Amino acid sequence: MDVFIGAMDTLLRWDVLIALLIGSVGGVFIGAIPGVGAAVAIAILLPATFSLEPIVGLTLLLGIYGSSMYGGSIPAILINTPGTAVNALTTYDGYPMTKRGEGRRALSLAYSASFLGGIISVICLILFAPVLALVAPLFGSREIFMAALLGIVLVIFAHRGQVLAAGMLACFGIFINSIGLEPIKYTKRYTFDQSWLASGIDLIVVILGLFALSQAFLLLVEKDRTPKAMPVDGGLFQGLKELWIYKRVAGVASGFGVLMGMIPGVGEFTAQFMSYTYAHKSSNNPELFGNGSPEGLVASESANNAVPAAAMIPLLALGIPGEALTAMMLSVFYVHSVIPGPQLFQNQMDFVMALYIALLILNVMVLIFLMFSTNWILKIIQIPTRFLGVVILVLSFVGVYSLRNSITDCAIAAGFGVFGLVLKRLNLPIVPIILGMVLGGIMEVKLRASMARVKTPLDFIDRPISAIIFGIIVLVIVLHIRGVIKEYRGHKQQIEEARNDAD
Amino acid sequence: MRDVAVRFQYRDLLLSQIDEQVKWLSRGKIFAQPGFWPAVSLVGMTFFALLHLIGSALSPRIHGRMAEVALWLRSLEYAAWFLLYVWLVPIVGYLPMTLIFMPLLSFRIGYRSKKMLLLSAFIGFLIVLVFKSFLEVKIPGGQLYEYLPDAMRSFMLLNF
Repeated sequence: MDVFIGAMDTLLRWDVLIALLIGSVGGVFIGAIPGVGAAVAIAILLPATFSLEPIVGLTLLLGIYGSSMYGGSIPAILINTPGTAVNALTTYDGYPMTKRGEGRRALSLAYSASFLGGIISVICLILFAPVLALVAPLFGSREIFMAALLGIVLVIFAHRGQVLAAGMLACFGIFINSIGLEPIKYTKRYTFDQSWLASGIDLIVVILGLFALSQAFLLLVEKDRTPKAMPVDGGLFQGLKELWIYKRVAGVASGFGVLMGMIPGVGEFTAQFMSYTYAHKSSNNPELFGNGSPEGLVASESANNAVPAAAMIPLLALGIPGEALTAMMLSVFYVHSVIPGPQLFQNQMDFVMALYIALLILNVMVLIFLMFSTNWILKIIQIPTRFLGVVILVLSFVGVYSLRNSITDCAIAAGFGVFGLVLKRLNLPIVPIILGMVLGGIMEVKLRASMARVKTPLDFIDRPISAIIFGIIVLVIVLHIRGVIKEYRGHKQQIEEARNDAD
Repeated sequence: MRDVAVRFQYRDLLLSQIDEQVKWLSRGKIFAQPGFWPAVSLVGMTFFALLHLIGSALSPRIHGRMAEVALWLRSLEYAAWFLLYVWLVPIVGYLPMTLIFMPLLSFRIGYRSKKMLLLSAFIGFLIVLVFKSFLEVKIPGGQLYEYLPDAMRSFMLLNF
């Protein structure tokens, strides 16, 4: 009870509530505008939040993170263009429903499913809090090292079909994080005697380059598009009632979202894929999937909205970000010397609880806002994409330059912007670079810190938690190799069958 | 295929520099050496890049690659615009430079109507107002502000 009162005391301040309101409402718009997304917005706003108190800055960013997927469903359903990447699956069933004249029903269901996913996730987070407070202190250097290693392994294997590229990019992230003075003996690494490399390459500069500037460049070089959507007539409350019919799918999908959000390196896409597959296989109308199935829509939206709150679990309990957005938030913690990890749960539980309650409030705020303002949002999102590129370019300047007023940082960010554009055009993932940078740094520090107690490599896994995590790492690798062999055999068999048919 | 090969060679080059670019201490375990993590990352990159290279060599050739490379190169123009803006802000000042830059770049990308040019300048003004005046992000005043009258100069330095 004391923790709850302390949390409310932290939260019920005008600056925190305004930050939450701006973040939540702003996040809906940012999510609804195709080509922006939460990652771009958070990357730009990140340095601006450094001057704010940690709780104010974090609620602002949490607001954007938690609400952007709500907004992203609007263009996904009405104009077949996902507002954020994670709303791509929503277009499969949302847009066909709009074409059938059921746009209002689809939007209403999407909002309700997103709300349910968000709320279930926050409730799980609150219920897990005492367990996490007990388990987190059991994580020493070796366990955190193993958990970060698991994050790297998962982020590589989560990119099915692109595992080699993801591995290459994750290692690239680890490498760029190691440039400059190393943190223990302060020797120079890969500075080539250049003074601008001695202080290393800043994570935020890389984030802004890869997410914000690359997006600006991409919008500027591609053809101009102006999203257009017909307004929606009537109220949007019916979805809350209709969701009851799909409660099983919504519940399971939210469960997948919570589970996948908690595992570092996995995230929304896997949660959506598993939920959608489950909904498809267990449906009485599987033929409707991809052609406007309300169940498919509910599965996709519940799963993706359950992830943000769950993704806070490894971040807050262990200091390990599971994906790019929580990696960005980690830097806000570090700037304010609030170090996420076991100590945070022991010493600042009210702060942690305040973040949980903020997540709960933002879901309610966003739902109410969307019920009344969807048509208004539709007008605002009709920004020509190349013009949007100009705006993002100018906003990116604020993000990079305000860090330390360095033109070199801006040049590095521009370089990463072009690199990010190439990766996006080649359809290669950016997230492994960021996680490689963050988790690589954590792994190095923890590995070197644990050296005093480690005599042989086996000492790494002589404690139960590190042994379990190591077991999971081995299992993930074995399962992946098995999957690749199976896929190869299936492919080979298909070719042989095609050859036999031709004969 | 070619870009993968270039990337592979670049990484190979970085790996060949490891003895010069990191320090190997005479005492201490291998895991605690300052050079351990750069070595792990570069060996990892080389390993994955090598497999990727083999995979690319065995895959069917994708046509139209040069058009794609031309699009990548086109982005360099906007990187140059960005760097020009970055270079000029400390000289001209954040507000005046943004008010010039946004309509100029909008004009360059094809928005030639008066309405769009004014809109871009207005959005530029809003950005400066939100970030510099309200959120007080650290962007220094322009050198040209020094030529303004005293009262105006301190107002501009503080807010824009």
